[in-house]
Amino acid sequence: MSPIPAHTRSTPRDLSARPEHSPDSPLSIHALTVAYQRKPVLWDVEFEATASRLIAIVGPNGAGKSTLIKACLGLIAPAAGRVEFWGEPYRRVRTRVGYVPQRESVDWDFPVSALDVAAMGRYARIGWCRPVTRAHKRAALDALDRVGMADLSKRQISQLSGGQQQRVFLARALAQEADLYFMDEPFAGVDAATERAIIDVLRTLRSQGKTVICVHHDLQTVPEYFDEAMLLNMRVVATGAVEDVFTRENLVATYGGRLTLLDEASEALARAARGGA
Amino acid sequence: MSAAAPSITDVAFESPTINEIIRTLTLSAGFNARVVVLSATLLGISAGLVGCFALLRKRALMGDALAHATLPGIALAFIIGSALGLEARSLAVLLPGAAVAGVAGVLSVHLLVHHTRLREDAAIGIVLSGFFGLGVTLLSYIQSMSVGDQGGLATFIYGQTAAMLPRDAALMGSIAVLTILASILLHKEFAIVAFNDDYAGVQGWPVSVLDLLMMGLVVLVTVVGLQAVGLLLIVALLIVPPAAAAFWTRRLRTMVVLSGCIGGFSGYLGASVSSLTPRMPAGAVIVLTGGAVFLLSMLLAPQRGLFAERVHTIALRRRVAREHWLRRLYEAHDLAGERVPVATQELASGGFGLGALLARTDLRLSGLIEVANKAARLTDRGERHGARVTRNHRLWEQYLITYADIAPSHVDLSADLVEHVLRPELIDELEAALRAREALPERLPDHTQRESGEHL
Repeated sequence: MSPIPAHTRSTPRDLSARPEHSPDSPLSIHALTVAYQRKPVLWDVEFEATASRLIAIVGPNGAGKSTLIKACLGLIAPAAGRVEFWGEPYRRVRTRVGYVPQRESVDWDFPVSALDVAAMGRYARIGWCRPVTRAHKRAALDALDRVGMADLSKRQISQLSGGQQQRVFLARALAQEADLYFMDEPFAGVDAATERAIIDVLRTLRSQGKTVICVHHDLQTVPEYFDEAMLLNMRVVATGAVEDVFTRENLVATYGGRLTLLDEASEALARAARGGA
Repeated sequence: MSAAAPSITDVAFESPTINEIIRTLTLSAGFNARVVVLSATLLGISAGLVGCFALLRKRALMGDALAHATLPGIALAFIIGSALGLEARSLAVLLPGAAVAGVAGVLSVHLLVHHTRLREDAAIGIVLSGFFGLGVTLLSYIQSMSVGDQGGLATFIYGQTAAMLPRDAALMGSIAVLTILASILLHKEFAIVAFNDDYAGVQGWPVSVLDLLMMGLVVLVTVVGLQAVGLLLIVALLIVPPAAAAFWTRRLRTMVVLSGCIGGFSGYLGASVSSLTPRMPAGAVIVLTGGAVFLLSMLLAPQRGLFAERVHTIALRRRVAREHWLRRLYEAHDLAGERVPVATQELASGGFGLGALLARTDLRLSGLIEVANKAARLTDRGERHGARVTRNHRLWEQYLITYADIAPSHVDLSADLVEHVLRPELIDELEAALRAREALPERLPDHTQRESGEHL
């Protein structure tokens, strides 16, 4: 593993060939389609993230929100399309991209402390077969401190509340010192203190020029917490500044889309039946 | 050891003298015995380390499929070796066969899981029994062959250290050292993959390669351990030490070290006993030693052991019963305006069996209640305790009503259990939160009655 030094850029690129892609954008998604077995989950997603913004990905259950993140990070191979980070493929910018997975995705009975988990954010920098040095431990502790968990750093992770576990995950991503963060439902099922701690961290990150893309389930808090939003339901319904995107039509198209489809389908069926009779 | 002790081979033991036992345990019973015991110890350590990561990665049973799958490999290697005129009994011929077949077994499980609807446990069961059946069939075919020196093959099933050549033992020991070094070097990588493979992948760690490496170490340990421990029991050497270690600690590093120590101790003791009583299968003794450590850990470990948990449960139960009585009495006294005795029958809601008797005696001996004529009332000290308990109960109840939108009629059930474990700081927080919302319960017992020195 050779860590890529921050802000290096490869050879100058021919931008005219791909006018839709900006090398300054932390994330550009182009014509991304993802399918599980043969069932498509995401259709033709186009997206360009602006730097230093807090961006929410919003949509109903099964809309493909987590899938989109996982496809961006290479955890799921897309059926088609391209994802670039600052104009480069993911494998060349890994250390600049942080990831906070869903809390339920791991076994919290694992025998490690909060500090051990936060230190995992440094592993890629540490490299193969090398020990976690004191400097890295200090960085991990700093990250825990930023989410208000420094006091509990020695505690085994199963002894933490759900909100505290979520903050440990956030600390692990912070310890990586990335420039772009993907977070999968960081606010899901957390207590009020954790919610405040997380939103403080997000705002600090933004003020440092970093970009955060969050899968978010609570429509009500989107305008308060986020600058931009992507409304997603297998396809992108709308993207842009929250106040522009959060219109009635867009939300109905995102959340009511399936109902509408069902209605249309049953109407079509009814027409066919009448026509046949 | 009595001469009548049954063994798999059903042959009477010569019981060793004290002198022999001491010489074996101190590794001074000759070169052969020393090499064998040392190698078995190293094997135990390596299995303990590798098993730790396999267990955490939830792949421990894979080791079992792998071990069983080696039998046809051993048999085939023997057949091919004899046909080629090699020294077919030598490990140099048999172990590669075992390794290839073991890997084939693991791959079969992998293919079954990924290309059919079978779950992993079913796939492991099928592969394990299928390969083992094939191996047994091949062994019986070998017995019908007119090749000499085939009897030793069965030792691979149960394991036998006494008959081991120093050369074979040294091979086992050196491969064990190799796997020990590899798992120490890669512990950070194995840990991150076992804890959160998606995250490890996003960070750029090659998850499949690391999984393969881990499985490769399991293959090495299994294959070199076959002759000593036997393929039926080698998986126990991978699972039992880390499972025992997990009762003692929740820190990965400590768990790995402890697991290695338990495995090493099992290997050392098993090989020693086997060299003293050559008819005793080493594998069984090694695994039994590990099993005994596991049993002790399960029962006696200070926090996670069954005994400690039981003590904890009883303490909590006692506390709940005491606080229940104190609150009922306090409320009755409060209602009456004086300390009127309450019939103990009424206090022991839900029967007046042993639990009620215990609670009553407990409180009386602690000087918190006075009992006369089958009726109880609080003492001065009991009243202070009762006030605190009642206060906690009402605060918690009110908090649930105010914040959690739980129907008040349901509150008592959940409140009853939680309130007994609330820490004083949490109670203060509850009070502050309720005060802020002007939702403090009515008739809250006086705060000043809480005594810092006394704690139930």
